[in-house]
Amino acid sequence: MLALEFMRNAFLTGGCIALAAGLVGYFVVLRNQVFTADALGHVAFTGGLGGVLAGLNILAGVFGSCVAVALAIGALGGRARGRDVAIGTVFAWVLGLGVLFLSLYTTARSATSGTLGVSVLFGSILGLQPAQVVVGSVTGLATAAVVLAIARPLLFLSIDPEVAVARGVPERALTLVFFVLVAVTVAEAVQAVGALLIFALLVTPAAVAQNLSTRPWAGMALSAVIALAVVWLGLVIAFYVALPASFLVTGVAFAMYIASEVAQRLSRREGRA
Amino acid sequence: MPDQGPSWDVVADVQLLLQFHFMQNALLAGTLVALLAGVAGYFVVLRGQSFAAHMLSQVGFPGAAAGVLIHASPVLGLIVFCAGAALGIGALGREVDAGHRRESAAIGSILAFSLGLGFLFVRLYGGSAQGIYAFLFGSILGITDSDVELTLAVALTTMASLAAVGRPLVFASVDPDVAQARGVPVRLLSLAFLLVLALSVAITVQIVGTLLIFALLVAPAASALQLTARVGRGIALSVALALAFTWLGLSLAYFTNLPVGFLITSLAFAFYVAVRIVKARSAMVAWS
Repeated sequence: MLALEFMRNAFLTGGCIALAAGLVGYFVVLRNQVFTADALGHVAFTGGLGGVLAGLNILAGVFGSCVAVALAIGALGGRARGRDVAIGTVFAWVLGLGVLFLSLYTTARSATSGTLGVSVLFGSILGLQPAQVVVGSVTGLATAAVVLAIARPLLFLSIDPEVAVARGVPERALTLVFFVLVAVTVAEAVQAVGALLIFALLVTPAAVAQNLSTRPWAGMALSAVIALAVVWLGLVIAFYVALPASFLVTGVAFAMYIASEVAQRLSRREGRA
Repeated sequence: MPDQGPSWDVVADVQLLLQFHFMQNALLAGTLVALLAGVAGYFVVLRGQSFAAHMLSQVGFPGAAAGVLIHASPVLGLIVFCAGAALGIGALGREVDAGHRRESAAIGSILAFSLGLGFLFVRLYGGSAQGIYAFLFGSILGITDSDVELTLAVALTTMASLAAVGRPLVFASVDPDVAQARGVPVRLLSLAFLLVLALSVAITVQIVGTLLIFALLVAPAASALQLTARVGRGIALSVALALAFTWLGLSLAYFTNLPVGFLITSLAFAFYVAVRIVKARSAMVAWS
């Protein structure tokens, strides 16, 4: 399996991205920012296709648009909440714009390039370009390192914001850094599983970890390990079974989530009895 | 697509629009969808359930793909999956809300899995990229005669049920506590509305796709609610806006070859922004 270059690339890049997604995702769930991540996924789709259309690199489009929008959300100080009608309407339009870019791109090229949009939406981990391997691995590791570096104050701020601010934790700066980290992670995860399936790496492992442990450091470590396991297991299965890798990644993640929910309910019932 | 472009002669334009059977079907289904989405969307916004609409439509994606996979119609798959999801939410007996941490994590996990499942189904029947885009972003092509019949049946039943429970539903949406005290079956109504919503989502997806559902099911009603507080007028306005966006979007898509999902979301978004700006300015004038 590892004799094939595309599998090696997938394991390496997917692993680095998973580490970053697991760590950042832990804070995404802890800080209740799931729908910021959702919105950024929509932006990544439009930004990536816009980048290609403008003659830039697709990576430049995805990273640039995600970071720009994350900074904007951070500057507005708002949370992109799912129930909010205004925000929902804005991001539906952003996606609509992505559809326009997609159709402009496919009519400009031959019909065979029509799959570009599908790979942005649903990922293409088995078909990574050399540039994506380098960028994905390096940014993945860098993101994980930055999260670990700011983990202590960020945990403090996430769990007890008022006390943290009183103790001199720089709330605004930290929040902004966190938004940028989420944006970079979303942009990375788009390469692995696609804009529509980023939750499988960014939210599900963290949700499983929080079901299994209430201690923050253990939870963070668990979240990263689970994300890694989800990607690698998905890849191994995809190698032997002719099913799309991104489906298998979401499937493994979801199965783990269901298992952790059941385990938690059972242990709670035992605790009560 | 058409040999001639649009002109200022409206009658000639309409004749051009209606010369192909696929376009007749798209306009017919679009009209039914807009009527239902306008009414149902009003209650969605009134009840703060836009997130439930978002979720139901994403669960519909594997449904549509499964419908094609088993050689049935995608609409049928959409209806089955959306209604199933609505019953599931109802059985959990909780409001679907993005505000709570554990629930939003659970919902996020379910959404990723359901979109992944839809992707799997499309791959299993060897669907093209264009096929995926049609499910996700809507299409003016490929609405068959039987789809139109099914849409008509769904639209008629749901509109009839909404008309039957309209008055208590408004009461229960605006002030659930008082409604409950007055003997309105709030829980039953909320489950019934969830089913109506699921059916509305299922047929709306045909026109604007899974990912752009807000354009028809939320944005027209949100604009209407900004403009009037009266229920009757609000519903009428919401329907009129949904119809206008759909007809204009379908016609523009036909003449320009741009994707219909993009056109309808843009129209809906532009109108919503305009309404908010006008409201904000008039509020400022009233202040000074």
